[in-house]
Amino acid sequence: MGLVPGLLKGLGITFKEITKTVTKGAETVQYPHEKEDPVPRARGVIALHEDNCTSCMLCVRECPDWCIYIEGHKTLAPPRRAGGKPRSVNKLDRFDIDYALCMYCGICVEVCPFEALFWTPEFEYSEPKIADLLHDKTRLGQWMETVPEFESYESGAEVKAKKVPR
Amino acid sequence: MTSMFAFDMPWAGEAGIRLAFALVAVLLPAGATVYLYLFKMVSFMQSRLGPMEAGPYGSMQLLAEVGKSLQKEDLFPAKADRTVFALAPYVVLVSTFLLVVAIPFGPDAYFANLDTGVFYALAVSSISVIGILMAGWGSASKYSLLGGLRAAGQLIAYELPLVLAVVGVVIQAGTLSLGGIIEAQATGEIFGFGGIGNPYILTQGIGFLIFMIAVQAELSQTPFDMPIAESELVSGYMTEYSGFRFLMFFIGEFASAAIFAFLASVLFLGGWTLPMFVTDLLGIDWDSQWFNVVGPIVMLTKMLVLTFVIYWVRFTFPRFREDQLQRFAWKVLIPISLINIALTGVLKVVF
Amino acid sequence: MTAVSDRRQLAYIAAQAADARVNVELETEGMTLNIGPQHPATHGTLRIVAQLDGEQVVNADPIMGYMHRGYEKLAEVRTYPQITTLINRIDWLGSFANEVPFILACEQLMDVEAPPRAQHIRTILFELARVANLTLFLGDMGVQLGAVTPVFYAFRDREHILNQIEAATGGRFHPNFDRIGGIKDDLPAGWVAETKESLKHITKFCDVMEGLVLGNEIFAARCRGIGVIPADVGLSYGMSGANIRASGVDWDLRRDSPCGLVYDKVDWKVWTHPDGDSFARYWVRLMEVRESVKILDQLLDSIPSGPIMAKVPRIIKVPAGEAYVATENPLGVMGYYVVSQGGLEPFRVKIRSASFSNMSISPWLLKGAYVPDVITILASLYFILGDIDR
Repeated sequence: MGLVPGLLKGLGITFKEITKTVTKGAETVQYPHEKEDPVPRARGVIALHEDNCTSCMLCVRECPDWCIYIEGHKTLAPPRRAGGKPRSVNKLDRFDIDYALCMYCGICVEVCPFEALFWTPEFEYSEPKIADLLHDKTRLGQWMETVPEFESYESGAEVKAKKVPR
Repeated sequence: MTSMFAFDMPWAGEAGIRLAFALVAVLLPAGATVYLYLFKMVSFMQSRLGPMEAGPYGSMQLLAEVGKSLQKEDLFPAKADRTVFALAPYVVLVSTFLLVVAIPFGPDAYFANLDTGVFYALAVSSISVIGILMAGWGSASKYSLLGGLRAAGQLIAYELPLVLAVVGVVIQAGTLSLGGIIEAQATGEIFGFGGIGNPYILTQGIGFLIFMIAVQAELSQTPFDMPIAESELVSGYMTEYSGFRFLMFFIGEFASAAIFAFLASVLFLGGWTLPMFVTDLLGIDWDSQWFNVVGPIVMLTKMLVLTFVIYWVRFTFPRFREDQLQRFAWKVLIPISLINIALTGVLKVVF
Repeated sequence: MTAVSDRRQLAYIAAQAADARVNVELETEGMTLNIGPQHPATHGTLRIVAQLDGEQVVNADPIMGYMHRGYEKLAEVRTYPQITTLINRIDWLGSFANEVPFILACEQLMDVEAPPRAQHIRTILFELARVANLTLFLGDMGVQLGAVTPVFYAFRDREHILNQIEAATGGRFHPNFDRIGGIKDDLPAGWVAETKESLKHITKFCDVMEGLVLGNEIFAARCRGIGVIPADVGLSYGMSGANIRASGVDWDLRRDSPCGLVYDKVDWKVWTHPDGDSFARYWVRLMEVRESVKILDQLLDSIPSGPIMAKVPRIIKVPAGEAYVATENPLGVMGYYVVSQGGLEPFRVKIRSASFSNMSISPWLLKGAYVPDVITILASLYFILGDIDR
C-alpha cells in the first residue's frame, strides 16, 4: 500500500490550484464574451485579392482535395499606356472555395504566383448549413480586409517580409 | 416533530409538511454539493470556471441539467429484465430517503428520534447495494454486470469498517441514539475542559478517518469508484440508464454523499450544536429552541466541509483495482478499527 | 534486461498460472467482453475482444482498422508537396514529427540537403511536437486510472506549446510546414523568446505530474509490476520508442542516426528504465519531456543564420529510386519507405508507424491481466489510433 505522503502532496497540488483559480482567475477564456487573438500566421480563412488573380488554375491543381473551383474567360483590358494595344487578360468568373472540404493546408496560398490568396486569422464563419460554407469570390474578397500585415522575421533570417496588396 | 409546531395539525397536513421537509433535506444538500463542488470546485481545481451562462455564475445550471434529463427518452435495452431495470433507481433513492429520516437537524427538528439511530442508519444505508445489483443485472449489459458485481463486493467489504468505526463512538457515548451521541459530545469534557464539548473527532480520530474512507468507498467515489470506473466499464451499473432514471441514480449518489456527511458530522463533529463557549457567550442553553433554526444551518456548514473533502479526494486520486480495494478493507481498515474499538473500550474503563 | 524485471515477470506469470488453475478446477464459465470500438479508454476506435474468466483476461484480440484512411494509397495519387498535408494526420498529437521522415526520405532521393538554419528549425519543431504529444500522455494516463484532474493540466499547459507551433507554422494541429529542401517560412520575430517562456510551463507541468500522478501511492500500486514487457519480447514484437526504453533497451534514433536533424549539436541523454512495467513507461516519458525541454532550450539559443530553403525546382520531381528514413517520433520509430519512378507522384509510400508495432504486443501482454489492468496497460503503451490505422 505504500506510504501516505504522496497522496497528501497530490491533495496539496489540487488545493493550490483551487486557490490560484479563485484568486487569479481561470486559464480558460469565456468564448463568446471574450476572445483570444489568434496569431497573425494562423490559418483561419483564405482571402482572395481578385485583381491579382489571373485564373491560372495553379491553386486548383495543387489543392490536395480539390476544393477550389475556378472559371474564367479571356477578355481585353484597356492598355497600360495611352496609345498602346489592349491587353488580353483572364477575367475571373467564378472563384469558390468549399470550406466544408478544405483541409487548411495552405498549399494554394503558397503556390499562387501572383499573390492573389492570403491567409487571415478570422475563424468565425461557421454556418448552420454545410452548403453555405462554399464561399464565392465576393465573400472571399471581403476577407481581404482582415488580412494582417506580414510580420518581420526572427533575427538571422534571410527572407524578407512581403507586403500585403490592399 | 410535532413539538416543532405550537399548534395542532391534521394528520395529513403534518405528513405533507414532513414529506416536503424530507424532500428539502435530500434535494437541497444534493443540489448544493453538486453545484458547489461538482460544478464549481472541480472546475477551479482544473483552472477553469465551470458553468457560467445559466443564471448568475451558472447557478441555474442544475435546473437545466434536470430539465435535460427529464426530456430524454426512457430507454430500455432490448434484452433487459424490464421490471428489475425500472425499479433499480427507486431502490437506490429509497435508501437515501430512509437514511435522512434518522438524522437530527436540531433538538426537535428530526423526522424520527430512534433509540437505535446509529444501527438504523447503517442498516438502511446498505439497501442501495440491492438497487445497484438490480441495475447491474437488469441492464443485460456486460459492463453493467461487471459494475454491479464490483459494487456488491465493494459495498459489502466496506460496510464492516463503516460499522466498526462507529462502534468506538457508540462505546464512548454509551448510546445508540443519534440525539444521545450529540448530547454526549456537547456536554462532554476533555480532561476537565468543556469549552468545546467533546467532539469525537478528537478522541476518535482514527475512527473518523476510517469512517470517511469507508464512506468514500460506500459512495463509490474515486479512489474507490470501480463500480462506475468510466475509463474501464464506461459507466458501470449506470451504463444503460438514461433520462429520469439516470437522474435518480445521480440524485441518489450525491444526496447520499451529503447525508453520509451529515451522519459523520453527527457522529464526530457534534452535530447541530455549537461549541460550549459560543453558547455560553450567547447566554443560551446548548439545546435551546433556537437550534431548531440554527441547527440545520450548522449541520449544513459541517456537511459542506466534509463533502468538500470527499470531492477533493475524488477529483485528485486515481482509483484502486478491485482486489487491492478488498485487500485494503480486510487487511488494513478492519484490523485498525478493531484495535481502535479495543483501545476505546480499555480507555472507557480506565477513565 | 535486468534481473529485477526477470523476477517480476516470473512472479507475475506464476501468480496468473495459479489463478488459472483454481478457475479450471471451479469450471467457471467465460465471458467475451467487447472493449471498443466505442469505449472511453480506446482513444478512438480500437476494438479489443477479450475473453474473460471473472475479471481476468484469458485471451485478448485487438482488432484494428476501424479508422483506416488509406494514406499509403492516397499518397500514390498526390504530388510530393501534397503528401505532407495528408501525413500530418497520422499521429495527430505530434503532427509535425510525421512530416520529417517523409521529407528526409524525399531529400535523400533528390540528393538535396536543407540548409543548417532549416535543419535547426526543423529539429526545434520536431521536439515541440514531441512535447505537445507526450504532455497529453502524462495527463491522459491519470484519466485512464480514474484521476480526472491531470488531463486538464495537460491540456492547459500543452496549449502554450500549441500556440508556439501555431505562431510559427500557422496550424495548431496540422502544421504542414516541412518542405523538400527546407521549411516553408522563417520564424516570426520574437518567437524564440516566447517559446522559451512557454517551455517554463512545461517544466512546471512535469513537476506537478510527478507530485500528482507519479508520486501517488495508488498510481504506483496500480502500475508497478503491471504489463511487464521483457526487452527481448518487446524487441521481437517490433516495439520502439519510450515503450522499449522502459524495458531497458538503450535505443533512440535521435542519438543513433540523427540524419538531417541536429541532435548531435546538443547535450542530452537517453533515459531508460530497467523494469518494463506501466510505471516505467510513464516514468520514461516524463523524463523524456524534461529532456526535450532541455534540448529545446539549447537549440533555441543556437539557431544559425542563413537561408531556409535549398535550391529545389518549383515543380518537384523525385528521381527514380527507393529510400527508407526513420526517425524517433513521439510514439516511437516512424519510417517512410518511398519508391519513386521519377514522376510527380511517388510510386509507393510504405509507412512504418510506431503505434501499430507497439500495439501488436497487446495479445501477449494482456493475457492474464485484469480488466482494470487492461486499461492501464493500453494507456501506458500509448497508442494513437491514427498512428495504428493510418
